[in-house]
Amino acid sequence: MVTSILPLTVNDAVVRRRGKTLLGPVTTTVSDTGLSIVMGPNGAGKTTLLRLLHGMERVSSGGSLQWQIPEEDARALQAFVFQSPIMMRRTALDNVAYPLTTHGVSKKDARVRAAEWLERVGLADSAQKQATVLSGGERQKLALARALIRKPEILFLDEPCANLDGRATREFESLLKQAHDDGTRVVMSTHDIGQARRLAEDVWFIHHGQILEQTPAAEFFAAPKSSEARAFINGDIVE
Amino acid sequence: MNEILAGLLQAGRLIVTFDADLIEISLRSLQVTLTAVAIASAIGLPLGCWLAVRRFRFRRFVIATLNALMGLPPVVVGLIVYLMLSRAGPFGVFGLLFTPTAMIIAQVIILTPLIASIAHQAIRELWAEYHDLLISMNTTRLQRIGTLLWDGRRALLTASLAGFGRGIGEVGAIMIVGGNIDNATRVLTTAISLETGKGNFSLALALGFVLIGLAVLVNLLIHTLSRTEVSGRW
Ligand SMILES: Nc1ncnc2c1ncn2[C@@H]1O[C@H](COP(=O)(O)OP(=O)(O)OP(=O)(O)O)[C@@H](O)[C@H]1O
Ligand SMILES: [Mg+2]
Repeated sequence: MVTSILPLTVNDAVVRRRGKTLLGPVTTTVSDTGLSIVMGPNGAGKTTLLRLLHGMERVSSGGSLQWQIPEEDARALQAFVFQSPIMMRRTALDNVAYPLTTHGVSKKDARVRAAEWLERVGLADSAQKQATVLSGGERQKLALARALIRKPEILFLDEPCANLDGRATREFESLLKQAHDDGTRVVMSTHDIGQARRLAEDVWFIHHGQILEQTPAAEFFAAPKSSEARAFINGDIVE
Repeated sequence: MNEILAGLLQAGRLIVTFDADLIEISLRSLQVTLTAVAIASAIGLPLGCWLAVRRFRFRRFVIATLNALMGLPPVVVGLIVYLMLSRAGPFGVFGLLFTPTAMIIAQVIILTPLIASIAHQAIRELWAEYHDLLISMNTTRLQRIGTLLWDGRRALLTASLAGFGRGIGEVGAIMIVGGNIDNATRVLTTAISLETGKGNFSLALALGFVLIGLAVLVNLLIHTLSRTEVSGRW
């Protein structure tokens, strides 16, 4: 798939809240293919970075985010899966259909396509259940289907498997790989080093609001460049 | 004691025989309050939703005013509406005083802040829950409001029902602007007040039962709605 919005160029982007710098300055490029894993200790700024790239954080003056097309158009071609999935008070089917109906697809067609997606993620039997009664694993799969239904060019995921058991995590990962094979650019944060090894093509290591390194996965796990990342994958506590 | 017992029996008889006075008064009560609730909801529900979603300069002020208005004693509202509608008042020419319309106006003033305030509270919670998702999905402002109204419909219905409960049992304002005129502006609450004063307990009790029945019904509905809200059915 040829993407129209990537690569994304980030220049000196800083996120501040009440005078405190949470992240940055970040200068990097998000290439148009790949599956990147964002790692780093708690509070390092992973969530903030993903939200920044997705356009949900205001960039402080001086910095910029440059897509290949105007920002407003680029917004419509992205999707985000939050750490705790947000379930709308509707049926599972209507949750998945929602992004289509808000982008001009008729309710009937949207439901047909949503049903196909529920089938794909293994939730066909739960289509008419209220989304709020689904289990944690089912919710994450629903959130993934909802994020993918409009075929985003880039998908951000913030620790989507944090509350899933082994089996649910494996199912989620295979769906994610499928989406990646279908041409979606993936940027995902995780605390699970095993998951990072299984999925990553490259790893972004964040510490104290700075991207310390962006390294191809094989290289990162064999010999990380930064001492913090080395300590992190050795299981030491990184302060 | 005997008097009350006799009153109870008589009241039961009035109800099962569909006594004409009883029916007329009950229907007028329903007509006035339902109309007032409909108008107050049409203003209060979108207002509450708007206050939850939009950030503007006087938002806090509007919310504070709303809460203050909610505490207005109905008698005072009645007095003010009376002054507005009386012959010498600014709207005197319309000749609305002592008509059901005057009663509806007073109730709209009492109920709108209540309904808006409950709606605001409910939609604010829902918006906090949905905010990131709806922003992330690149929805327009209108779509967001539509989504919140639809997904919050049970809570909004609860707000309207709470308004109905308050309106149907209200007596102070209605008495002042309606005047409790037989066959014209007499409603459940004012009639109970009058019949009790006259010592006519049987009719007063019968009217009271109807009023209690309505109140219980509304509370059951609110209860059912908030239960389905939790279990997510509907
Ligand atoms: N709304 C906010 N107001 C103030 N500080 C914030 C806010 N959100 C995040 N922070 C701070 O920004 C820093 C980075 O937070 P962020 O959520 O990006 O970390 P993270 O790497 O995702 O951590 P975790 O692994 O725990 O999810 C933290 O120090 C956090 O306290
Ligand atoms: Mg986080």
